[in-house]
Amino acid sequence: MKVYLSKIILLLGLLAFSTAAFCAKEMNAPAPDFTLKSLSGKNLRLSELAGQVVLLNFWASWCAPCREEMPILNDLHNKYSALGFTVLGVNVEEQTDKAVSYIADRPVDFPILLDNKNNVSSLYEVIAMPTTVLIDRNGTMRYLHQGYKAGDEKEYVKLVKKLVRE
Amino acid sequence: MRAKVLVEPESLQAVAVAVIRSLRSIFLWLLLCSLPLQATVLPEDRADLLYHSYDGGGAEISGPSLLVRKKFSEKASATFNHYVDNVSSASIDVITTASPYTEQREENSVSVDYLNEKTLLSVGYGQSSEDDFEASTMSVNIAQDMFGDLTTLSLGYAQGDNTVRRNGDSSFARDVVARNYRLSLSQVISKDFLMALALETMTDEGFLNNPYRQVRYINPLNLTRGYDYQEEIYPNTRTSHAFALRGRYYLPQRAALHGGYRYFTDTWGIQAHTWELGYTLPYKEDWLFEFNYRYYDQTRADFYADLFQSADEFIFLARDKELSTFTTQTFGLGASYEFRKNGSGFLKRGNINLHYDFIRFDYADFRDLTVSSAVGEEPLYSFDAAVIRFFVSIWF
Amino acid sequence: MCAKRLILLGLIFIQGCSMTPWVKPYERAHLADPIMNFNRDPVSSSYIHHVYDAREGARGAGIATGGGCGCN
Repeated sequence: MKVYLSKIILLLGLLAFSTAAFCAKEMNAPAPDFTLKSLSGKNLRLSELAGQVVLLNFWASWCAPCREEMPILNDLHNKYSALGFTVLGVNVEEQTDKAVSYIADRPVDFPILLDNKNNVSSLYEVIAMPTTVLIDRNGTMRYLHQGYKAGDEKEYVKLVKKLVRE
Repeated sequence: MRAKVLVEPESLQAVAVAVIRSLRSIFLWLLLCSLPLQATVLPEDRADLLYHSYDGGGAEISGPSLLVRKKFSEKASATFNHYVDNVSSASIDVITTASPYTEQREENSVSVDYLNEKTLLSVGYGQSSEDDFEASTMSVNIAQDMFGDLTTLSLGYAQGDNTVRRNGDSSFARDVVARNYRLSLSQVISKDFLMALALETMTDEGFLNNPYRQVRYINPLNLTRGYDYQEEIYPNTRTSHAFALRGRYYLPQRAALHGGYRYFTDTWGIQAHTWELGYTLPYKEDWLFEFNYRYYDQTRADFYADLFQSADEFIFLARDKELSTFTTQTFGLGASYEFRKNGSGFLKRGNINLHYDFIRFDYADFRDLTVSSAVGEEPLYSFDAAVIRFFVSIWF
Repeated sequence: MCAKRLILLGLIFIQGCSMTPWVKPYERAHLADPIMNFNRDPVSSSYIHHVYDAREGARGAGIATGGGCGCN
């Protein structure tokens, strides 16, 4: 009887501590600044985009959900960029030629940054692939979304619209 | 406070109870870990068409195998498999006690995978039929990703209900029930090294022998060959345990080395060891080559003998070379060409593959009766088999 | 089984479910490569396992799964 009771306690305890990642997590911390080289060759610094809403997406060519997400992020970027919004795709692969050949086959309209030393990935404590961070016009991290499943874009649209109106 | 119960290791019941209790705990912990943190992914949509061919020891078996897997909702996918064996057999058992035959075996199976956060539940059903054997199998498997997706624990159960018939004897029908219990654990050790542990226990109950196969015993009254035949008699239960450890290592400049060992033991007295080693080598952008070696050796079943001393010498009698003492060695070579990568549109990826395996079977206590010789002094049997796998895979 | 031991193991598992992996998700490029997949061609590997199962006394513990990209 005692054994079963302790098992039930464990279960309830975990229920209490579990965090659901269905929805984006709310955050309120300044987005760490960084400078990365982009595919076009130019360096890009996050703080230069102050005043714009930024969707920071960490991806890799070997990650299937990341690949699925790319065209959707591209549409999102094109739809809202006139309102002061941009998507930044941060590629986390050590070998940058993988990102280069992937984008050559399937180009996107938003900047692709190369984090081949994974400095930015560890700065942002990336613990899932893909990871999306929404940063508002003041440079504050507002939402964190881990992973990607078909249908998540509805949430992205909702959050981007909200941040763009601020 | 419940009094502690001393467990006697010899007590089979106590062991069974302990195993069941720990399985219950494992299921509970799986449940705990399945509470949401992050999700994992369903296996990819794909279709594979294989042409397989086996040619060895007088038997030629070939045919197609088709697999199609497709997601039908955000969290579920279904897999369908159709497999055919076209058999033309003049193997050693067949030519010594029967006559060459041809037949066809067809197998169809369907399974559904359901993903919920980090838990993957799979349920499958399959049916196989040929002239003298029908099998239907049901299986269920649950896989859980844990520890930041570095560990995958998987538990499975499968049950087969089979019917054995005999050609030329329509009244003959015997049942076999087979149950499999599987546990596997795969663990990411480093960014270049993966290991997996697998345990499988199988219990068979029913008519476990072959309705055609016979054993031979010394009979001096048989003046032409000195021995006679009688039907084989097997126990009606068999419990086996297999334990395997495998590893896969990513080598610099993109190549992979893999190896594994499996230990097998069963209640029939068979003990077997399997060693495997393989090397996968990409070449240029689109080619992949694979080399592998496999060594297998087993000791005979307790009731196996090539030649019994008299009729009904023991309660159980077998002369199936599968239960004898033997070794097999395989040398395999494979080539794969990726004709499509990172495709947009319907076809995302595709490759064409060819594998050739050369298997040598060497028996230590099964004799080749096609060679006339003094009774019990016929040469030990051995043969080679060539296995070809030619297949196309597409991802969509 | 002692209740205390069970609670301790349970806590380890709770911790394990949320602990930071020693191989970060963005370091899984090699593990996600098809050549590191234990069961890259399921139709082909189940066929060759069938070839051995049908001719050898040993059976079981054949195919391994796991590893991969760990994507979410």
